[in-house]
Amino acid sequence: MDPKPLWLLAELTYKCPLQCPYCSNPLDFAGGRFKQELKTEEWCRVFREAKALGVLQLGLSGGEPTLRADLEELVRTAHGLGLYTSLITSAYRLTKDRLTALQQAGLDHVQISIQGADAELSDEIAGTKSYRDKIAAYHYTRELGFPLTVNVVLHRRNLHQVEALIRLAESLGAERIELANTQFYGWAFHNRETLMPTKAQLEAAWAVVQRERQRLGSRLEIVWVLPDYHEQFPKPCMGGWGRSYMTVTPAGEVWPCHAAGRITTLRFDNVRERSLEWIWQESDAFTRFRGDSWMPEPCRSCPRKEVDFGGCRCQAFLVAGDAGVTDPVCSLSPRRHLIDATIAEVERAAAAEVTPEEWTYRAAPASRALATKE
Amino acid sequence: MGAAAVPRIAAKARLQWDDVRKRHVLLYPEGLVILNPTGAEILGLCDGVRSLAAIVATLEQRYGATGLEPDVCTLLDGLAAKGLVLYGP
Repeated sequence: MDPKPLWLLAELTYKCPLQCPYCSNPLDFAGGRFKQELKTEEWCRVFREAKALGVLQLGLSGGEPTLRADLEELVRTAHGLGLYTSLITSAYRLTKDRLTALQQAGLDHVQISIQGADAELSDEIAGTKSYRDKIAAYHYTRELGFPLTVNVVLHRRNLHQVEALIRLAESLGAERIELANTQFYGWAFHNRETLMPTKAQLEAAWAVVQRERQRLGSRLEIVWVLPDYHEQFPKPCMGGWGRSYMTVTPAGEVWPCHAAGRITTLRFDNVRERSLEWIWQESDAFTRFRGDSWMPEPCRSCPRKEVDFGGCRCQAFLVAGDAGVTDPVCSLSPRRHLIDATIAEVERAAAAEVTPEEWTYRAAPASRALATKE
Repeated sequence: MGAAAVPRIAAKARLQWDDVRKRHVLLYPEGLVILNPTGAEILGLCDGVRSLAAIVATLEQRYGATGLEPDVCTLLDGLAAKGLVLYGP
């Protein structure tokens, strides 16, 4: 039986007041490819087609989705279709009135990011003063009775705050905290040497997570997104290519994950020209790596191919230059040395107490400059 | 959980029919369960009024069966561990 999608990530806009250096948006987000944002009725059609295909979970993301003035209308349509809707926001200037309006439109769940456990570090990483807005929005979210997820991207500069971040989420009455170790795509790949933690940092943070899980039980769910460079086997990226997940970008391209647009050897179709059903079932982007017939060795004969689906195609492209090879983080990959060399460099620099280079903040001028360089 | 406990679906979760898969589904933040018909029937009885004992009795009467309590508890306790079902007095 053909797989049916369960998840749709709607990236409503790439505009964002924050400038996080690990942003998963494309490096060229400010370029022409993403400029003509889908209109309200186009998004509503996408949601209808997605529901008819089998999608049940809708993430409203960006960029910053609350910059869309039609967000309430989009939520109302999605809710009317029976989609479970999650707002994925930085909460910058997010008011209680707006959240109330979104709740009345049928919003189910709110996920608010934070960049560090205190204002000084959080604002420094975000590149924008936003910590106060976030804390206020966490309280509004709980007052209104939404389930709340606190999301933190972890890296070298904030891993030492894991305990404080968990305590913060606990004090806010959150349902979940996602401690998402940086996955190296988009801006994070560009800033990789600065963001990558040391092994000792990861081990210390993981020990805290285990201890806190013990203490909190079911009161607060702690999700730990694995730092895959430091693992033996690759992640089962997206639960397998084209199996359950799709991303629609602000201008209507449909990708098998939110990083796939970087793979220059794939052809991506657009909801302005094709139905979502055709794109899911027929398009090059979705069919190229679906199933296991594309797999080379060592995946092809590996029993783990049912577990991890060969890992991540975007990582294979970014690190090894070929989206069709085994994820180089796999210890069985002939290209694992590329990952090991990066880790070793970080360890060497940390041992010598070399201050890492400054990261590049995610912002439109930097995006345009990088796009010209490429 | 004791027979007098009253299970209910947590506010963050939603039970609904999925016309594409012809199954009931339980949706919640960042996840979902596709239910088999029995699971859907059990959850459909978790209305915050019926006790565990009443739910088991209803099902046993419906199917002319006995000894369904362990199956009902396995499903509900599993969902309770994820915070998707809450037990009230």
